Amino acid sequence: MSQELLYWQALNRAMDHEMAADESVFTLGEDVGLYGGSYRVTEGLYAKYGEWRVRDTPISENSFTGLGVGAALVGARPVVEIMTVNFMLLALDSIINGAAKIPFMSGGQFKMPLVVRVPGGIARQLAAQHAQRLEHTLMNVPGLRIAVPSTPQDAYWQLRQAVVSDDPIILLEHELLYFTKGPVDLTAEAPPMHRAAVRREGRDVSIVSYSRHAVLALEAADELAKEGIEAEVIDLRSLKPIDWDACAASLEKTHRMLVVEEDCRFAGAGAEITATLMERCFYSLDVPIQRLAGLDIPTPYNGALEAATIPQIPDIVAATRELCQPTSETKAA
Amino acid sequence: MEREVLHRILRDMLLSRTFEERAAEEYAKGNIVGFLHLYPGEEAVAAGVINAVGPSDYVVSNYREHAHALVRGTPAREVMAELFGKATGMSKGMGGSMHMFDRERRFMGGYAIVGQTCPIAIGIAYAIAMRGLPEVVVSFLGDGAVNQGTFHESLNMASLWRLPVLFVCENNHYAIGTEIHRHSAVPEVFKRVAAYNIPAEKIDGMDVVKVYNATRHALDRIRRGGGPQFVECETYRYRGHSMADPGTYRPAVELKAYQSEDPLTTATRELEFRYPTPNELAEVGPDNIRTFADHLINEEHLAEAEIEEMKRDVQRIVEDAVVFATQSAQPTMDAAWSYLTGNGRHETLI
Repeated sequence: MSQELLYWQALNRAMDHEMAADESVFTLGEDVGLYGGSYRVTEGLYAKYGEWRVRDTPISENSFTGLGVGAALVGARPVVEIMTVNFMLLALDSIINGAAKIPFMSGGQFKMPLVVRVPGGIARQLAAQHAQRLEHTLMNVPGLRIAVPSTPQDAYWQLRQAVVSDDPIILLEHELLYFTKGPVDLTAEAPPMHRAAVRREGRDVSIVSYSRHAVLALEAADELAKEGIEAEVIDLRSLKPIDWDACAASLEKTHRMLVVEEDCRFAGAGAEITATLMERCFYSLDVPIQRLAGLDIPTPYNGALEAATIPQIPDIVAATRELCQPTSETKAA
Repeated sequence: MEREVLHRILRDMLLSRTFEERAAEEYAKGNIVGFLHLYPGEEAVAAGVINAVGPSDYVVSNYREHAHALVRGTPAREVMAELFGKATGMSKGMGGSMHMFDRERRFMGGYAIVGQTCPIAIGIAYAIAMRGLPEVVVSFLGDGAVNQGTFHESLNMASLWRLPVLFVCENNHYAIGTEIHRHSAVPEVFKRVAAYNIPAEKIDGMDVVKVYNATRHALDRIRRGGGPQFVECETYRYRGHSMADPGTYRPAVELKAYQSEDPLTTATRELEFRYPTPNELAEVGPDNIRTFADHLINEEHLAEAEIEEMKRDVQRIVEDAVVFATQSAQPTMDAAWSYLTGNGRHETLI
């Protein structure tokens, strides 16, 4: 039975559920306790579970993330909140040299049940140091898993799954999604954490995206339907691993694909998705897979310019329409 | 101190020295590759500290950690096999010299990023405190690590939350090739620690009895709820930073001074920047181990003959370790893949 929840509320429910279920689960980060969390995700937990399990930290991203790594080594289940993905750059040593390496370097002696929750993406005129998407940096690190929920339901499911998993998992949450609403069924069985979701079925073209842009892609698909183009929208839900089978199945049906991402185009997630699917599905393609991505430029403060640096719904509509033009071969037929 | 403890400490020091000198030989033969940071000169720290630590406590170390693992009780076979990169190594051949782990003995690794041990140690301590357990974490770091942000961030958090952690600084005066007066504005490490309201003391890290006693007292204070403690052990490595480092930046006389009993020889420091030859090393007086052995003889804890027997014993152990490492199987790529994930094989990912 589902109820309407905001994205942050769904995350909050997931945290509460896992903290109640397992005393080894704790959360820490800047202002997660008394303040209630920058995006309210940990609201109410400090009062309920106390300061040892909901710990306000100093502004020391690398070391409090490393604290999580150490705690995970001895069976605690830390959920580290880093206030924004931009500050996560300071914690990459703990994440990449620590969490991602220790289980392996120890010859499998240690598990790493660590969750790092990170708000990110381009929100509203926060300027270049607060408007990055760094998924490509993490995708290239063996040993990490990356979930990118776009709906309140997925936020709820994927955070709960991340907490009970024994691998280090990065949860990339989009700052503009925290106050979006959607149905959440708190008791339904979750699909596997990294399985993609077909958000809309269509026969003409596949649009693959993730996080906030999966939501925009769905809106673009509604626009395209008015023109008679039926787009299939795939929300990846995960960037590591990626559900290649779901992508390939869609491509084999539609033979055309647009990959949409908010992150910068150069060496971004879209490059990996496109390259892998071109290798795997080349002979199923009517036209080359196209990418629609953020511009390779730091995010300007100015609102109009900021909007111009990332794909918007009309851009997705236009790029998809272009992709659906008849090819010379089909024209001849 | 009990006679039994003194015996164990001397044996651990001899084992550490013999193991490391043998590792250097195997490195020269090409059986050990990569970076190899050896411990000779610093044995009193590992032997003094770790012998004072309880079995349910945790030890976190850096990349100069073979001796730490040996003193903690990891069999020499497994330590040597790891240096050889074999499947029987303590980290299954995946970690090597700088990444040794022994979960069973709560030896929590071997880290090669300077300063990384600090947050990991406070994390283990945090989990202990959160659960209200009586255990303590002992975390080693070098003098080079005290200029990393993680050192200061971690001391701050350890002090704020009164975490059960003992930081042991192995101050060998060199951050690779940069002497402490050239890398630290305040070269007295314990003074910097005091800024975080953490009790800190500086001791002679060449004297194993002092190291052992300081560690015991610090651990007692932690277990009585005294919060984090810090012990700075002034020590010296007789070799270069790693096998790739001939140590030419150090005056030979400085090294001789740390090997001999007579502190006055430091006054004769001359500008002779080169690593001493084996002959010069042989000429100088007793080193930290010899000093301790002589002490045990003078106090009639041990006879010279018993020490000679102990030396032969550790020699046998190290020889056996080399044979074991040589004969052990190479790890497979399948094994490597299986270590990548903690539960991927049990959890349906997609």
